[in-house]
Order: sequence, then C-alpha cells, then structure tokens
Amino acid sequence: MKRRDFLYLTGMGTTAAMLSAIPGMGRPIAPERALETVDVALKKQMADVALNAARAKGATYTDVRIGRYLNQFVITREDKVQNIVNTESYGLGVRVVAQGSWGFAATDKLDKDSIAKAAELAVAIAKENSRLLTEPVQLAPQKGYGEVSWKAPIEKNAFEVPIKEKVDLLLGVNAEAMKGGADYINSFLFMVNEQKYFASTDGSYIDQDIHRIWPTFFITKIDAATGKFETRNALSAPMGMGYEYLYARPQDKIQGVTTLYKGRYDMLEDARAGAKQAGEKIKAKSVEPGKYDLILDPSHLWLTIHESTGHPTELDRVLGYEANFAGTSFLTLDKWESKKFNYGSKLVNIVADKTQVGSLGAVGYDDEGVKCGQWDVIKDGTLVSYQAIRDQAHILGLPASQGCCYADNWSSVQFQRMANISLQAGKEKKSIDDLIKGVQKGIYIIGDGSFSIDQQRYNFQFGGQLYYEIKDGKIAGPLKDVAYQSNTQEFWNSCVGIADQSDYRLGGSFFDGKGQPQQVSAVSHGSSTTRFNGVNVINTSRKIG
Amino acid sequence: MAIFSKEESKKILEKVIAFSKADACEVNLNGTNGGNIRYARNSVSTAGENSDVTLIVQSNFGKKSGVATINEFDDASLEKVVRRSEELAKLAPENPEFMEPLPQQTYGESKTYFESTAKITPEYRAQAAANSINPAIAKDVTAAGFLEDNYSFASMMNTKGLFAYNQSTGVNFTVTMRSNDGTGSGWVTRSFNDVSKLDTAEASRIAIDKALQSRQAKAIEPGKYTVILEPAASAELIRNMMFNMNARQADEGRSFLAKKGGGTKMGEKIMDERVTIYTDPFNLDVPASPWSGDGQARKKMDIIKNGTVANMFYDRYWASNKNVAPVPFPGNAIMEGGNASLEDLIKDTKKGILVTRFWYIRAVDPQTQLYTGLTRDATFFVENGKVKHPIKNFRFNESPVIMLNNVETLGKQVRVDVDGGPGGGASFLIPYMKLRDFTFTSLSDAV
Repeated sequence: MKRRDFLYLTGMGTTAAMLSAIPGMGRPIAPERALETVDVALKKQMADVALNAARAKGATYTDVRIGRYLNQFVITREDKVQNIVNTESYGLGVRVVAQGSWGFAATDKLDKDSIAKAAELAVAIAKENSRLLTEPVQLAPQKGYGEVSWKAPIEKNAFEVPIKEKVDLLLGVNAEAMKGGADYINSFLFMVNEQKYFASTDGSYIDQDIHRIWPTFFITKIDAATGKFETRNALSAPMGMGYEYLYARPQDKIQGVTTLYKGRYDMLEDARAGAKQAGEKIKAKSVEPGKYDLILDPSHLWLTIHESTGHPTELDRVLGYEANFAGTSFLTLDKWESKKFNYGSKLVNIVADKTQVGSLGAVGYDDEGVKCGQWDVIKDGTLVSYQAIRDQAHILGLPASQGCCYADNWSSVQFQRMANISLQAGKEKKSIDDLIKGVQKGIYIIGDGSFSIDQQRYNFQFGGQLYYEIKDGKIAGPLKDVAYQSNTQEFWNSCVGIADQSDYRLGGSFFDGKGQPQQVSAVSHGSSTTRFNGVNVINTSRKIG
Repeated sequence: MAIFSKEESKKILEKVIAFSKADACEVNLNGTNGGNIRYARNSVSTAGENSDVTLIVQSNFGKKSGVATINEFDDASLEKVVRRSEELAKLAPENPEFMEPLPQQTYGESKTYFESTAKITPEYRAQAAANSINPAIAKDVTAAGFLEDNYSFASMMNTKGLFAYNQSTGVNFTVTMRSNDGTGSGWVTRSFNDVSKLDTAEASRIAIDKALQSRQAKAIEPGKYTVILEPAASAELIRNMMFNMNARQADEGRSFLAKKGGGTKMGEKIMDERVTIYTDPFNLDVPASPWSGDGQARKKMDIIKNGTVANMFYDRYWASNKNVAPVPFPGNAIMEGGNASLEDLIKDTKKGILVTRFWYIRAVDPQTQLYTGLTRDATFFVENGKVKHPIKNFRFNESPVIMLNNVETLGKQVRVDVDGGPGGGASFLIPYMKLRDFTFTSLSDAV
C-alpha cells in the first residue's frame, strides 16, 4: 500500500475495522497489551518445532519467523479525536527449500501441532512448485550466529507514552493551525513496534525489537471568494525512533525560508508555519514553465532518491521478478558488468545502509538471518552494485547476501526489499545559502508531494510542498503549480552541488509497496540539500470549468 | 475453513449481542479463504493459500465507543470480547460524530458467489500458470503473472435489529509478457466472480501478441493527441475521480465539486452529455455486496447522468448534519458505452494513439483532479484507420473531468477490477473510449 492509499482510508473516516483489514496491521487490542512481551525461550521452542518438522519432510533449508507486530494510530481533525486504535498481529511463518524450490506457509495458531503442520505444508508447496522450476534455488552461504539479539536504540518507547499526551499534542497542533488561519487540519501519530524472532537451519536464533514513528498533518486553506484551495503537509519524516523524535531541541532546527528539522521534530511549530504557508500558496505566483536550476531540500529529495535510485537498483527488478507489477529496471546487468555505466555526475555517491541509526530500515539482521551492513551502490557517479538477497548473491559473484530480505508480516513470505539508500553529503564545506547564492534562475523545493516514475525508472515527475523562486542568487518569493520532469540518468548527471554533512537529514516512507500479493516496507533516504542544473519544470494548473 | 453459513453466522452474532450491556452494540463477522500463484521468468516463484475469520465488536455508551476483536468462538471468548469492547468504550473520549447503529434494513439479492471459484485448488492455479507460461515459451517471450482468488463471507448484526449476510467469490489474473529481445511488452487483466469465465491461455495470447507487436517502438513528439483508451487504462482515473465525490469535502470547499463562492456542483453538467456512470450491486457482470460496511442498503443509483453530477456520497453523520439521506459508497461502477468494438474505434481514427494501460497514476492537483502517469505495455500509433507502428511510452498530465469532456466515441464495455481484484478493490464496467486532446507531456524510454 502506498501512502496515498493510506490517506484515502483516513480521509474517508477510518474505523478500527478498516485499519485491521490492511495486511500487516493486525487486530485491534487494548493499549496496555502492547507492553507485554513474549519469552525468548518460548519462541525458540516454537521455532525448533518448525525446523524439525520441515527437516523431517525433506526440506534442505528452513527458516522460521515468529512476528509480533504492534501498531498504534491516533487520528484527529480540528478539535475532534476521530480514532485511537491499537493493533496486534502475532504468528509464525515457515520458509523452506525442498527439491530445489521455495515453499512457504504461515499460521496464527501457535501450538505445536499447528506449527508442525505449517512447516509440512511449506514443504508440500515447495515440492509442488518444483515441477515448474527452471533452475534450483542457490543460497549464498550464511553462518549461524547462535542466540543473539538486536534492539533499536530508542530513548522513549512510544507505546509507553500515555494516550492522553499524544491526543493533547495533536489537538494542540490542530489548535495552532486553526489559530494561524487554517480552515481544516487532519493530524496523525503512527507508531510501530516489530518484535521479530528468526531461526534457521544455519543455526541462528535472532531476537529483534524494532520501533518506528510518524507524526504528520495535512492543512487545508480555502479562499472562499475564488473557490481556490491549497494544502500544506507536515515537513516531518517517518523515523526509526521512539517518542523522543517529538522532543525537538534548538540544535535540531535549520532556519531559512521555513524551519527545517534534523533528527527531532517540532510539530507545533511546523503546524503554525504550515497554516501561514497554505495561505501564501493561494496567492503565490503560478510558475512559468521552462528550464530551472533546482535546489532540493532533503525533505523533498528523499522521494526522488527512493524512486530513481532505490528501486532500479533492486536486483529482483533487474532480473524480472517484478515485471508484472512494480516493473523491471533500466540498470540491467550488462551496465553493472561494464563497470563504467555513468549513472550521475562525479558528485553522486549513493550508499545502501541497513544499520543507519534512526532510519526506518535499520535492523541488526535481515529476514533471512543475514547480519546487516552498508555498501556502495553508485560510486563517483558510476553503478557499482545492486541490492541482493541470499538466492541472488551468486549472480553478482558475492560471497554473501547484502541483507535486503524483508516481509511485512509473519504471514507474508520474505523477499528482496529496499535497504536505506542515501545520497552522501558533499565533501566540501557548503551550506544551503551557498547553494542558492550561485543560482540565477531557479526554484527551491521543500517537502514531498506528487510522485510518479515509469516501470523501468527512466522518466519521472515530482511535485513538492513549498516552492520558492530563486533569482540572481536570492529567494524571490513563493511559487505554485510546480512539477519537474526528467530522465533518471540526465537528472543525476545534472547534479552540480551538494551541501555538507552538517545539513544531512533523513526522509522516508512507511508504506513502500511491492510484490504480489502486495507487501509494504518502511525505508529511509538521507541527503543534504542538493543542486541540479537545467531541469524541466512544468505548470500544473488546469481549468475544469 | 473460514466460511460460516448464514445460519452459523446468525447463531454466533445472536450469542454476542445477548452478552451486550452497552447502550448499543454492533458486531461484524467476516471470513476469507484465499489462494494465489505468482510466476516470473517463465517459472513459478511463490504460491500459497490463506484462511482467516474475525469477529469485530463495537459497543457504545452514548457517543463513546470501543472496538475489540477475537477469532475464537466458544461462549467464554465471545463474552470476553464483548466485555473488552465495553471497557474500551467507557475509556474512550466522546466522538461528536458518532452515529447510532442502523435499524433493520431491506437488502436485495446480489449474485456475488460462484461455487466454481469457491472450489479452486492449488492444482487449478498451477495449471492456469502453465497455460500462460507454455505459450510464452513457444513464442520466445517471457511471462510474469499473478493469479489470486478468494471465497469470503461478511455478516453483521446490531442491537437495533439489523442483520446482514453476504458471500462472494472472485478471481483476478494479470500477466505481463516481455519479448526476449527486451524491446516489447504486453499486458492483460481479467477479473470475474465466476472462475469458469477465466481462460488464462486466451488472455495470455493477447499479452504475447502485444509484446511481439510492440517491439522496436518509435518515438513521437509529446503533445495533445486523440487517444483510444482500453478500459484498463481509463478505469483507475475514473475510480480516482469517484473517490473524490465525497459530499462533505465538496460542502467544505475542498473538492473539484465545490463551487466558487460556496455550495457544490450537484446537478451541474461537468462533462460530455454522453457520459453516464451509475452503480448497481445487482449487475450480473460486476456484482457487488448489496450492503455497505456500515449496513446501509446499496441500490442502483446514478453518479453522473448525461454529464451531470447526480449523486455524491454522504456518510451517515454528514447526511444528518446536512439533513439529507445518506448515500453509501458504491461497491461497483458502470459507465455506459456503445456498440463499437476496439477495431471499429481504430477504423474511424485518422490519427491517434492506442493505449493498453496506464501506470503509476498519482494525483497532482485535487482542485482540478489533475493526475500524472505513464502509458505501459504496448502503445501504438494509429493512422488512417490502421495501427501503424508501436510507439515509445508517454507521461500524461490529465484530469478525468477534462478527459470526459472530450469524448469522441464510446465503445463496448469491459469489466476491470481496480486495486487488485478479490477483496481488494472494486469492479468497474468501462467502455473503450476515443477521446480528443489528451495531454502527453514527455517521453519515456521504458519498455
């Protein structure tokens, strides 16, 4: 599910039943139940039942994931609490290789008999699938880690924060926006805790505790006289953090045309600014289409990185496994084999990192028991690697998987998902102002908006939240109706300046969709503010009578 | 087995209601058996089955409500889930928009269930995949496809006397065929409630032909073109527009149906008078549940009538606020068409573009319903009544409202399920359409 689908659900007046119908969201539970945990020794016993049952039926490899997925949603509009929902999904998935083929089965009945039956079913499915096999599964070697654990380094578990504190925050945000001239505001807090246990016939028993948080809002301002309306969405990022994300400190703020947030987020302040800016957007100058130099803030650029770099470097797409849904990739193997495929300018260094602190995709181990790390994907503008999992590593001649395997629920089969993919900061000292100073005719874009890219990741179009015209090295005023179109390779080759590490920030998505049946995953993308020269900007205003 | 009969459901729901001590209580009992098979690179990659049943209890005290769920059905568990929902209701803040449960409603009979689909086996799915993969191999193309089926039931009961029950089945099949030289791609989709209507070999042949015919596409300049849209191309745009026909948003001034100076465009002509879109849960090609999620009876109803806004969707709270009857969100949509076949539309076209499908459609501006997206999996240039040659894909920036003002010809209708079919989205009957001045803004090299 993409974010727009989520917005649709909430926009239509979400009920607990609707939320629980979203795969991976689970069933509503009492808030206090989220603080209970499952004993690791019990999880090991359950895992061993599955491992032994699959082995007895002829599996040559088995992994077991016991997942407890907790979500909390607090949903408000103006002065009303629309919904508070706690959900839990708890169960076990077994994946096997038998007769050279994959098989998978899952159960929410965690008694010995049901677990063994699920494992046996997985083997039976693998054997059935092996009839249509063209080549047997080839797994990269993976050492067993024994009994290990990993916990996200959070400061404040969001599930321990009283609901009242969260409701008061959101209603306070709404009041500030309304006081500032907003006509409507919807505000939300989403909190996620994945308690995941992984065991495999390689000899790993891995217990992990993962936390994510996303505070956000949508402000609408209407001009009754003209009938025009504009919106301004929050400039927050979903983060792999605890509730401390909402305790902003002065050092977390970057001052400019609007306040930008680094590491921590001031939701009240952003709502005040958002209400004012939604009003300004109505009166803003409509953009003149043409070529502009773009200065892209990390709150915007993360999405361009995600679509034009993250997805085309997924090896399963390159190979054709997503051909019927998400698509393939222009970054075909021959381009990587050439070792000289020019993806972007020399300034462009893209790194995959599954361990980045505070990122949505940070884990100790992926969903096939591989210890996570970081690696170069684009080095000095050249394609040097992809994102691979255990049954693909041999294609790249890698000695081990890159640890990109993930399933959104215990009941979903794990497959290759995007690692945190980030543009590295510039090596020379450079601020946002330094970047703007050099632009004669440009647009500064903040926040993410409309996004679309083709099925091989060449042609894209992006909008944003805030647009400011740059004339002769200075901000000249707000613009509206802006979207830019480009081709991935041309765009990244037009990258001529990147601010330094002091400006580096994370953006990301809670709901990146892929696969059939579709699964979602959460992933972050970091960058500093970046300049791209001569990008085609279109005007998106229309008349419908 | 996650399917309870009407009698079994009623018995469980009556038991749950009997445990209630709240001012009012509403209970939903839903279950699904589903299966799927996915293939790529001419080989099966995943296949599976799932089964789930859930009881959802909502209790309310005044305007305070709480929800709890369970998937165990012994008496102690049923009482436990009712007590839990009552505890949550007492703790919850008052919701000023809370609506009392509905009294008993009268529902029509919709033909959403077919035994043929309920009895699909793993062997059927494997054979359906083989029927798609084998002809692909024979024609030197590579198949990637997905077949998903489900058999489900939904029931609800409340303390005001309402009881509703419905069973449904569905199957959705999509396949992408890519030529092995990497320059052509074809796609097809099929959705039915009755799986006996599905022929994956027939559907796959169309995708194979498109893949072969779309090889070595030529680039033509972006701009405004007459387009012939296959139903799968226009369905998502029309769906998106319908999702934004919410009356509250229009009344609040933040919708394409809001009027300058206040009020809505209800009753106003906003598109070509040949455009009529209605919903009918009893239509045999796209049957839908005769009741919506909150228990309201669905019936045949115009949405756009001869280009005029005939209805917007009112939830029960907003309807009471505006003192009008609620209008439930529909389970299907039918756009009236004509008798012309795709071949007829091509024959009558001097210069135009034939589009198989659109991809990655995203909203750009809610005020004008402007969307962007791209053509995908076989796009052709049509000249003097003939398909001349394949063309490279385009990005479009277009509004379905503008598009439906530019109608040239409406052809035969085809069923298209948007958002994945069974259990996921809604069924649409959409005609082939020929439209003038469709806005393509840039070219894409993607195949």
